[in-house]
Formats: sequence, C-alpha cells, structure tokens
Amino acid sequence: MLLLTCPCCGVTAEETEFAPGGEAHLKRFGPGSSDADYESYMFNRKNPRGVHFERWRHAYGCGKWFLAARCTMTLEVFGTYPAQTVEPPAEIVAAIKAKRPEWEGFA
Amino acid sequence: MKHYSAFAIAREAFRQHTGWGRAWASPEPRKSYDVIIVGAGGHGLATAYYLGHRYGIKNVAIIEKGWLGGGNTGRNTTIIRSNYLQDPSAAIYEKSRSLYETMSQDLNYNVMFSPRGVMMLAQTEHEKRGYLRTERANALQGVETRFISPAEVKKLVPIINLDGPRYPVLGALWQARGGTARHDAVAWGYARACSAMGMHVIEQCAVTGVTSENGMVTGVNTTKGHIGCNKLGIVVAGHSGALADMAGFRLPVESVALQALVSEPIKPCMDVVVMANTVHGYMSQSDKGEMVIGGGADGFNNYTQRGSWHHIEETVRALVETFPMISRLKMLRQWGGIVDMTGDRSPIISKTPLGNCFINCGWGTGGFKATPGSGYAMAELVAKGEPGPLAEAFSMFRFREGRFIDESVAAGVAH
Repeated sequence: MLLLTCPCCGVTAEETEFAPGGEAHLKRFGPGSSDADYESYMFNRKNPRGVHFERWRHAYGCGKWFLAARCTMTLEVFGTYPAQTVEPPAEIVAAIKAKRPEWEGFA
Repeated sequence: MKHYSAFAIAREAFRQHTGWGRAWASPEPRKSYDVIIVGAGGHGLATAYYLGHRYGIKNVAIIEKGWLGGGNTGRNTTIIRSNYLQDPSAAIYEKSRSLYETMSQDLNYNVMFSPRGVMMLAQTEHEKRGYLRTERANALQGVETRFISPAEVKKLVPIINLDGPRYPVLGALWQARGGTARHDAVAWGYARACSAMGMHVIEQCAVTGVTSENGMVTGVNTTKGHIGCNKLGIVVAGHSGALADMAGFRLPVESVALQALVSEPIKPCMDVVVMANTVHGYMSQSDKGEMVIGGGADGFNNYTQRGSWHHIEETVRALVETFPMISRLKMLRQWGGIVDMTGDRSPIISKTPLGNCFINCGWGTGGFKATPGSGYAMAELVAKGEPGPLAEAFSMFRFREGRFIDESVAAGVAH
C-alpha cells in the first residue's frame, strides 16, 4: 500500500485517499505551437523505470493537487511538494540523490 | 521437431517417454540476423512465426530478458473476443480470433482454445445502449455478436444474480465464438514452431541498448554482447517506453500494473466468460476449476508487477454482488503484470523515427486475445517495411494527426 503525505493539509494516508494524475512538470503547448510540441505535451510521456515526478490529488481529503517524487520500480516515495512549482525543489532532489546516486537528475 | 500426434503418444508410451526432446532449442546468439525481435512473449513469437511462415524470413532471433512467455503472456486472464466498436479494432481482433480457431492445428501444439462464449453484462441503461450500438457495428463489421435478454443470461450462467442491489443485469452483449485459450501454450507453441524453422529463441538475454548508423538501426547491445540486424522489431509490452528510450524516441504510452487472481479450484459451475464492465470485474472458470478473476488497472506508473491491494477488494466486491456463491471461496494466487496504456486505449503497430526499427505495443489490458493477429500484422510491417491493411490505422503518429481509434470512450473502461 502506497502511503503519501499531502503537503497542503499535512495528512499522511493510504493511496485510496488520493487520486493519481499522471506525469508532473509538463510544459504546456497550446494554440500556435507546432504539431510535434502539441503531440508531445498531450500524449508522449517519459514513463521512466525509476524516479518519476507525478501529480496527485488529495481526493478524499482536502481536495488539493500536489506533486510527488516516487520510484516506479519499488514504489518508494522520496517526498511530496506543492503543485505551484515548475521543477522539483532542491530538498526533493537531494532526497532522491541520497537514495539513488545513479539518478541522472530532473530533465 | 517431433510431430505431435496420437501415434507419437503411443510410440513414446512404449519407450518410457524418452524420445520427446526439447520443444525448442536454446542456441547461443550469432553475430547478426536479418531480423531481431525483442521480446519472446506471445506477440513477439507470433511476429517471428509469421515472418517465417508467410514471408520466408527465417534468419531471425527472438531475444527475451527473462523466460519465454513470463511477462504478460503468462499473466493474463486468457480471454479471447473481438466485439469492438471501432472498425480498425474489430478487424484486427476478429482476424486474431479466427486465427485462434486453427492455431492448434497450424502449430501442431494444443493451445486448448475453447470458444465457450464471452458475455459482457449491461448493468446500466447507458451501457445497454452502448452494447446495442456495438452489436449493430459488429454486424456491419462481420463480427458475430448478439444482445441477449436477462433471461438468456440466466440460462447461460445459472450462478448469476440478475437483481443486484446496485446494478441489476439488463442484458448482455454475447459473442458465442469468443472464449479462452491456454496462454502459456500459445507462447510455447509459437516458440516450438519458430525453433523448427531455424530461428533462434534466446532467453535470459536483456537488451541494454539499440545501435544505429545514419538513422538506420544496426543492432542491439545485450547482456550477451552486440548482435547485429537489418531490421528490429520491439514487442515488449510494459517496457516499451524503456526500449523506445534506447532507440531514441518517446512513445505515447504509460505503464501501469494490472492484476488478476484465481480462487481455489471448485467443481464446474460456469462454462462461459462473464465481464461486468460497469462494476469492473470479469470471471471465467479454468479447466482446473479455479475461478479466474480480473479487474481494473492501477492509475499510476508502475513497473513492480504487483498491484494495489484495494483493487482486489474492489474487484471481488463487485463480483460477489454479481455471483453471490463465490463469497466463501478462498483466493489461491494473485499476480500483476505491467501493461502499456496509450492515450486512446488502442495499440500501436508502427514504423518509428528510427529507420528499419518497428514497434508493436500499447495493447494495454487486452493483449492476449490479439496475439496471433498482432503477430500477423507486425510480420507484414517488418517484412515489407510498410503497414498492411490490418496495421495501418495503428501508427504511433496517429496522435499527432488526431486519428484516434477511441476504444476508451467506446468501451467506457480500459479493456
């Protein structure tokens, strides 16, 4: 069972209380962008084996969106952080580096 | 390759079964091949089989990181059906279903195809209207399905509870020619046939990189060294994203865990496959007597080949409501597989940005039924370099072009 801590209300709960929302930090492309950029934004995903940044919603709690760093090979959660960021904060990156020295970093 | 027959059984009975030999060889890889298929699951082996059988391309290696058929081929619930709404889906799944009918004879290997009938319950008015539409679409596509009444459902499945408290059964979409097959045997049968044609099935050999020159594929790096090839077929289901990354492109695919379970074996009580998509559970009875149960996929990216516990509870809860007699059965085994989900829940059989590199993926939660049809279409793509009529709608570039084959909306569920 996956345990997540909501950074908005501070509650730690099982995954049944949360709703997954897919890859985080997508760069959005809209009208006027190229077909390739728009396709990439809409459909293409990193889908990594290992460190993954993703969106979650505290659906049966405070209802707010937040972001999480999690390993897709082990389900280990490195940390959660507010959604109002364009890239993972330094402390999350440090926490991942400490446990996954071979990780290439957020790209 | 020894021909399997009643005569062979009698002959072997007289010599203590010492003459069977191995079903397929385990050779060391050569320096290079005409075609390398990555992934010795059902789809990869079927691709290799049809490359040899239909196009005479037999200098082929099928490379597998684990053991043969140990991925999703050995982890599904073995359901075979072709009652899809969209024309391209119905075409390839119906081709696949028809190939299952003669597979045991074609491969000289008993895959235990059992066309026992597949029933998809309609449990809301929306679902009923959807299935009535599918029934008519199937009639136009030449796929034989029929919408049946609750009374007919009860006659086919006496153990069903039609008047569930949440979702009463309002009817069902019935495909009499659908059914099940022995999933491992499909992989073993193809592997045996490929090996007999001189192809190399190389197990315990992980691909670690894809090599290319001037935008054309030249081979793969593996844990057994570099192996060259003229053409490369990637058929690795849940791990497609990782292979695509090695080949230098990105896919419209996300990998999630889908799980299934079986009960303890009981006496025969249900001789059709029942799917309840509104409550998200499906069930059939195996030849061993176990109730084979599947449900929904997890919602988050996952490569662990195990699912979340609450999904088992949700699935079983839904099925106990539909089949009250299973409430006291014990669960015998539970397992998970990694499925590759595309944006429109339809597969990809496609050329890729890398020359002479082809990919077959995105079958999501319903790949087993497509095994022979997928291999048939993929072999044509690899052999000719261009997709044939079965595969052309399933290009990975359809997302850019907006030509979705939207089965996720058609079915209302992942399938």
